[in-house]
Amino acid sequence: MSALLESLAEARKSGDVGRLAEAIPYARWMKIAPENGTGELLTRMRYHSDLIGNTFLPAIHGGTLGAMLEMTAIFHLLWETETDTVPKIVNITVDYLRSARPVDVVAHATVTKQGRRMVNVFAEAWQDDRSKPVATANAHFLVKSSDDAPPSL
Amino acid sequence: MEKDERIALFQKWFSDAIPHNKALGLKVIGASRGFASMQLDWREEFVGNPETGVLAGGPLTAMLDGCCGMSVATMLKNPEPFATLDLRIDYVRPAEPGKPVIAEAECYRVTRSVAFTRAFAHHGDPKDPIAAAAGTFMLGTKGRVTRAQSIGAETEV
Repeated sequence: MSALLESLAEARKSGDVGRLAEAIPYARWMKIAPENGTGELLTRMRYHSDLIGNTFLPAIHGGTLGAMLEMTAIFHLLWETETDTVPKIVNITVDYLRSARPVDVVAHATVTKQGRRMVNVFAEAWQDDRSKPVATANAHFLVKSSDDAPPSL
Repeated sequence: MEKDERIALFQKWFSDAIPHNKALGLKVIGASRGFASMQLDWREEFVGNPETGVLAGGPLTAMLDGCCGMSVATMLKNPEPFATLDLRIDYVRPAEPGKPVIAEAECYRVTRSVAFTRAFAHHGDPKDPIAAAAGTFMLGTKGRVTRAQSIGAETEV
Protein backbone atom coordinates (compact mmCIF):
# COMPACT_ATOMS: atom_id res chain seq x y z
CA MET A 1 0.00 0.00 0.00
CA SER A 2 1.33 3.43 -0.86
CA ALA A 3 2.22 6.01 1.79
CA LEU A 4 -0.63 8.15 0.51
CA LEU A 5 -3.21 5.40 0.90
CA GLU A 6 -1.77 4.68 4.36
CA SER A 7 -2.23 8.31 5.38
CA LEU A 8 -5.73 8.15 3.86
CA ALA A 9 -6.51 5.24 6.18
CA GLU A 10 -5.04 7.15 9.15
CA ALA A 11 -6.96 10.31 8.21
CA ARG A 12 -10.20 8.33 8.03
CA LYS A 13 -9.54 6.80 11.45
CA SER A 14 -8.86 10.20 13.05
CA GLY A 15 -11.51 12.03 11.01
CA ASP A 16 -8.89 14.72 10.21
CA VAL A 17 -8.61 14.96 6.43
CA GLY A 18 -5.75 17.48 6.78
CA ARG A 19 -3.36 14.59 7.41
CA LEU A 20 -3.63 13.64 3.74
CA ALA A 21 -1.45 16.60 2.76
CA GLU A 22 1.37 15.53 5.07
CA ALA A 23 2.30 12.63 2.78
CA ILE A 24 2.71 14.88 -0.29
CA PRO A 25 5.92 16.97 -0.50
CA TYR A 26 4.45 19.38 -3.09
CA ALA A 27 1.32 20.01 -0.97
CA ARG A 28 3.50 20.80 2.06
CA TRP A 29 5.72 23.15 0.04
CA MET A 30 2.72 24.98 -1.46
CA LYS A 31 0.80 25.03 1.88
CA ILE A 32 -2.16 23.30 0.19
CA ALA A 33 -4.24 21.10 2.50
CA PRO A 34 -7.78 19.73 2.69
CA GLU A 35 -10.00 20.62 5.66
CA ASN A 36 -13.41 19.45 6.84
CA GLY A 37 -13.94 21.51 10.00
CA THR A 38 -17.24 22.90 8.71
CA GLY A 39 -18.53 19.46 7.68
CA GLU A 40 -17.85 20.24 4.02
CA LEU A 41 -14.66 19.05 2.34
CA LEU A 42 -12.67 22.10 1.19
CA THR A 43 -9.06 22.57 0.14
CA ARG A 44 -7.14 25.67 1.23
CA MET A 45 -3.97 27.18 -0.20
CA ARG A 46 -2.51 29.38 2.54
CA TYR A 47 -1.18 32.66 1.26
CA HIS A 48 2.60 33.03 1.28
CA SER A 49 4.72 35.44 -0.76
CA ASP A 50 6.12 32.70 -3.05
CA LEU A 51 2.65 32.40 -4.65
CA ILE A 52 2.79 35.85 -6.28
CA GLY A 53 2.81 36.03 -10.08
CA ASN A 54 2.28 39.77 -10.55
CA THR A 55 3.97 42.06 -8.02
CA PHE A 56 2.28 45.25 -9.30
CA LEU A 57 -1.38 44.26 -8.82
CA PRO A 58 -0.38 42.21 -6.71
CA ALA A 59 -1.92 38.87 -7.79
CA ILE A 60 -1.37 35.18 -7.17
CA HIS A 61 0.29 33.25 -10.06
CA GLY A 62 -2.28 31.52 -12.30
CA GLY A 63 -0.23 28.33 -12.31
CA THR A 64 -0.62 28.00 -8.53
CA LEU A 65 -4.42 28.31 -8.88
CA GLY A 66 -4.39 25.49 -11.46
CA ALA A 67 -2.19 23.45 -9.13
CA MET A 68 -4.48 23.92 -6.11
CA LEU A 69 -7.63 23.13 -8.15
CA GLU A 70 -5.97 19.90 -9.28
CA MET A 71 -5.09 19.03 -5.65
CA THR A 72 -8.67 19.89 -4.63
CA ALA A 73 -10.00 17.36 -7.15
CA ILE A 74 -7.55 14.69 -5.98
CA PHE A 75 -8.32 15.19 -2.27
CA HIS A 76 -12.03 15.02 -3.12
CA LEU A 77 -11.63 11.73 -5.02
CA LEU A 78 -9.53 10.21 -2.23
CA TRP A 79 -11.84 11.29 0.59
CA GLU A 80 -15.35 11.20 -0.88
CA THR A 81 -15.17 8.16 -3.13
CA GLU A 82 -14.41 4.56 -2.26
CA THR A 83 -10.99 4.38 -3.79
CA ASP A 84 -8.26 1.83 -3.30
CA THR A 85 -5.91 3.39 -5.86
CA VAL A 86 -4.48 6.87 -6.33
CA PRO A 87 -6.39 8.51 -9.23
CA LYS A 88 -4.30 9.31 -12.32
CA ILE A 89 -4.85 12.68 -13.96
CA VAL A 90 -5.48 12.70 -17.70
CA ASN A 91 -6.12 16.39 -18.28
CA ILE A 92 -7.33 19.61 -16.70
CA THR A 93 -8.77 22.83 -18.11
CA VAL A 94 -8.56 25.90 -15.88
CA ASP A 95 -10.66 29.04 -16.46
CA TYR A 96 -9.37 32.22 -14.87
CA LEU A 97 -12.26 34.46 -13.85
CA ARG A 98 -10.73 37.15 -11.61
CA SER A 99 -7.27 38.07 -10.45
CA ALA A 100 -6.51 36.44 -7.09
CA ARG A 101 -5.44 38.80 -4.31
CA PRO A 102 -2.65 37.96 -1.85
CA VAL A 103 -4.87 36.09 0.65
CA ASP A 104 -5.84 32.41 1.14
CA VAL A 105 -7.57 30.57 -1.71
CA VAL A 106 -10.28 28.00 -0.87
CA ALA A 107 -11.75 25.45 -3.27
CA HIS A 108 -14.44 22.80 -3.48
CA ALA A 109 -14.80 19.90 -5.93
CA THR A 110 -17.75 17.88 -7.21
CA VAL A 111 -17.85 14.74 -9.32
CA THR A 112 -19.74 15.52 -12.53
CA LYS A 113 -19.63 11.96 -13.79
CA GLN A 114 -18.30 8.80 -12.20
CA GLY A 115 -17.56 6.13 -14.77
CA ARG A 116 -16.04 2.70 -14.28
CA ARG A 117 -12.60 3.84 -15.44
CA MET A 118 -12.92 7.61 -15.89
CA VAL A 119 -14.11 10.34 -13.53
CA ASN A 120 -14.97 13.91 -14.53
CA VAL A 121 -14.46 16.42 -11.72
CA PHE A 122 -15.40 20.11 -11.49
CA ALA A 123 -13.61 22.37 -9.00
CA GLU A 124 -14.15 26.00 -8.06
CA ALA A 125 -11.81 28.33 -6.13
CA TRP A 126 -12.64 31.56 -4.32
CA GLN A 127 -11.18 33.92 -1.73
CA ASP A 128 -13.35 35.89 0.71
CA ASP A 129 -16.59 35.71 -1.29
CA ARG A 130 -17.72 32.29 -2.47
CA SER A 131 -20.11 33.87 -4.98
CA LYS A 132 -17.13 35.44 -6.77
CA PRO A 133 -14.90 32.53 -7.88
CA VAL A 134 -11.35 33.39 -8.99
CA ALA A 135 -10.90 30.21 -11.06
CA THR A 136 -12.74 27.01 -12.01
CA ALA A 137 -11.47 23.76 -13.50
CA ASN A 138 -12.66 20.57 -15.16
CA ALA A 139 -10.43 17.53 -14.95
CA HIS A 140 -10.47 13.86 -15.99
CA PHE A 141 -8.94 11.15 -13.83
CA LEU A 142 -8.41 7.48 -14.52
CA VAL A 143 -9.43 5.31 -11.61
CA LYS A 144 -8.97 1.54 -11.45
CA SER A 145 -6.94 1.22 -14.61
CA SER A 146 -3.62 -0.32 -15.47
CA ASP A 147 -3.14 2.20 -18.31
CA ASP A 148 0.24 3.90 -18.40
CA ALA A 149 -1.25 7.26 -17.44
CA PRO A 150 0.67 9.72 -15.29
CA PRO A 151 -0.03 9.36 -11.57
CA SER A 152 -1.75 12.38 -10.10
CA LEU A 153 0.51 12.29 -7.11
CA MET B 1 20.94 42.55 -29.09
CA GLU B 2 23.03 39.39 -28.59
CA LYS B 3 21.07 36.18 -27.89
CA ASP B 4 22.71 35.65 -24.46
CA GLU B 5 21.95 39.21 -23.42
CA ARG B 6 18.31 38.82 -24.53
CA ILE B 7 17.91 35.55 -22.62
CA ALA B 8 19.47 37.17 -19.52
CA LEU B 9 16.87 39.96 -19.67
CA PHE B 10 13.98 37.49 -20.06
CA GLN B 11 15.45 35.48 -17.17
CA LYS B 12 15.60 38.62 -15.02
CA TRP B 13 12.04 39.82 -15.69
CA PHE B 14 10.20 36.55 -16.36
CA SER B 15 11.75 34.40 -13.65
CA ASP B 16 13.83 36.28 -11.05
CA ALA B 17 11.31 39.15 -10.72
CA ILE B 18 8.19 36.92 -10.52
CA PRO B 19 8.14 35.37 -7.03
CA HIS B 20 6.50 32.05 -7.93
CA ASN B 21 8.68 31.50 -11.03
CA LYS B 22 11.71 32.30 -8.89
CA ALA B 23 10.54 29.88 -6.18
CA LEU B 24 10.32 27.15 -8.85
CA GLY B 25 13.81 28.12 -10.04
CA LEU B 26 12.61 28.46 -13.66
CA LYS B 27 15.46 28.98 -16.12
CA VAL B 28 14.78 30.79 -19.38
CA ILE B 29 16.63 28.89 -22.10
CA GLY B 30 15.07 30.35 -25.23
CA ALA B 31 13.35 33.59 -26.27
CA SER B 32 12.56 34.63 -29.83
CA ARG B 33 9.58 36.17 -31.56
CA GLY B 34 6.58 33.95 -30.78
CA PHE B 35 8.64 31.38 -28.91
CA ALA B 36 9.62 30.81 -25.27
CA SER B 37 11.51 27.96 -23.62
CA MET B 38 12.14 27.26 -19.95
CA GLN B 39 13.71 24.56 -17.80
CA LEU B 40 12.49 23.26 -14.44
CA ASP B 41 15.01 21.27 -12.40
CA TRP B 42 13.70 18.34 -10.33
CA ARG B 43 13.47 19.10 -6.61
CA GLU B 44 12.20 17.00 -3.73
CA GLU B 45 9.53 19.57 -2.80
CA PHE B 46 7.93 19.31 -6.28
CA VAL B 47 7.21 15.62 -5.79
CA GLY B 48 3.60 14.41 -5.67
CA ASN B 49 4.27 10.80 -4.79
CA PRO B 50 7.19 10.28 -2.37
CA GLU B 51 7.45 6.59 -3.24
CA THR B 52 8.02 7.09 -6.96
CA GLY B 53 9.60 10.57 -6.90
CA VAL B 54 7.32 11.59 -9.77
CA LEU B 55 6.56 15.33 -9.97
CA ALA B 56 3.11 16.59 -8.97
CA GLY B 57 1.10 18.20 -11.76
CA GLY B 58 1.34 21.63 -10.10
CA PRO B 59 4.95 22.58 -10.93
CA LEU B 60 4.31 21.61 -14.59
CA THR B 61 1.09 23.66 -14.65
CA ALA B 62 2.85 26.73 -13.25
CA MET B 63 5.79 26.32 -15.64
CA LEU B 64 3.56 25.88 -18.71
CA ASP B 65 1.45 28.90 -17.69
CA GLY B 66 4.63 30.99 -17.30
CA CYS B 67 6.15 29.75 -20.54
CA CYS B 68 2.97 30.38 -22.57
CA GLY B 69 2.77 33.85 -21.00
CA MET B 70 6.37 34.56 -21.99
CA SER B 71 5.63 33.55 -25.60
CA VAL B 72 2.85 36.19 -25.58
CA ALA B 73 5.29 38.84 -24.30
CA THR B 74 7.62 38.15 -27.25
CA MET B 75 4.79 39.13 -29.64
CA LEU B 76 3.78 42.49 -28.15
CA LYS B 77 5.26 45.46 -30.03
CA ASN B 78 3.08 47.82 -27.98
CA PRO B 79 3.11 46.29 -24.51
CA GLU B 80 -0.12 46.07 -22.54
CA PRO B 81 -1.06 44.15 -19.39
CA PHE B 82 -2.30 40.61 -20.03
CA ALA B 83 -3.52 37.67 -17.95
CA THR B 84 -4.25 33.97 -18.48
CA LEU B 85 -7.85 33.41 -19.61
CA ASP B 86 -7.74 29.62 -19.72
CA LEU B 87 -5.18 26.86 -19.71
CA ARG B 88 -5.66 23.23 -20.72
CA ILE B 89 -3.06 20.62 -19.89
CA ASP B 90 -2.95 17.03 -21.16
CA TYR B 91 -0.72 14.82 -19.05
CA VAL B 92 0.66 12.43 -21.63
CA ARG B 93 3.06 10.42 -19.50
CA PRO B 94 4.72 10.72 -16.07
CA ALA B 95 7.80 12.92 -15.70
CA GLU B 96 10.88 10.84 -14.82
CA PRO B 97 12.23 11.38 -11.27
CA GLY B 98 15.41 13.43 -11.05
CA LYS B 99 15.29 14.68 -14.65
CA PRO B 100 14.88 18.35 -15.60
CA VAL B 101 11.75 19.24 -17.57
CA ILE B 102 11.88 21.55 -20.59
CA ALA B 103 8.84 23.55 -21.74
CA GLU B 104 8.55 25.04 -25.21
CA ALA B 105 5.71 27.46 -25.93
CA GLU B 106 4.55 29.11 -29.12
CA CYS B 107 2.27 32.13 -29.41
CA TYR B 108 0.77 31.52 -32.85
CA ARG B 109 -1.89 34.23 -33.04
CA VAL B 110 -2.51 37.61 -31.43
CA THR B 111 -5.79 39.47 -31.93
CA ARG B 112 -6.88 42.81 -30.41
CA SER B 113 -8.16 41.14 -27.21
CA VAL B 114 -6.79 37.59 -27.09
CA ALA B 115 -3.44 35.82 -27.63
CA PHE B 116 -3.41 32.08 -28.46
CA THR B 117 -0.59 29.78 -27.37
CA ARG B 118 0.34 26.11 -27.25
CA ALA B 119 3.18 24.34 -25.47
CA PHE B 120 4.83 21.00 -24.84
CA ALA B 121 6.85 19.79 -21.86
CA HIS B 122 9.50 17.07 -22.37
CA HIS B 123 12.80 15.70 -21.05
CA GLY B 124 14.85 16.81 -24.06
CA ASP B 125 13.07 15.09 -26.94
CA PRO B 126 10.11 17.22 -28.09
CA LYS B 127 8.70 14.16 -29.92
CA ASP B 128 8.31 12.33 -26.59
CA PRO B 129 6.24 14.82 -24.56
CA ILE B 130 5.31 14.62 -20.87
CA ALA B 131 2.53 17.18 -21.19
CA ALA B 132 0.82 19.29 -23.84
CA ALA B 133 -0.81 22.63 -23.12
CA ALA B 134 -3.07 25.17 -24.83
CA GLY B 135 -3.42 28.58 -23.22
CA THR B 136 -5.29 31.74 -24.15
CA PHE B 137 -4.46 35.14 -22.71
CA MET B 138 -6.66 38.22 -22.36
CA LEU B 139 -4.90 41.39 -23.53
CA GLY B 140 -5.47 44.86 -22.09
CA THR B 141 -6.35 43.69 -18.59
CA LYS B 142 -6.35 46.02 -15.58
CA GLY B 143 -3.24 47.37 -13.89
CA ARG B 144 -0.03 48.68 -15.35
CA VAL B 145 2.32 46.91 -17.72
CA THR B 146 4.94 44.85 -15.89
CA ARG B 147 8.53 44.62 -17.10
CA ALA B 148 7.85 40.95 -17.90
CA GLN B 149 5.01 42.03 -20.20
CA SER B 150 7.07 44.72 -21.94
CA ILE B 151 10.38 42.85 -22.20
CA GLY B 152 9.56 41.53 -25.68
CA ALA B 153 9.18 45.07 -27.01
CA GLU B 154 12.23 46.31 -25.07
CA THR B 155 14.52 43.65 -26.46
CA GLU B 156 12.96 44.00 -29.95
CA VAL B 157 12.88 40.24 -30.09
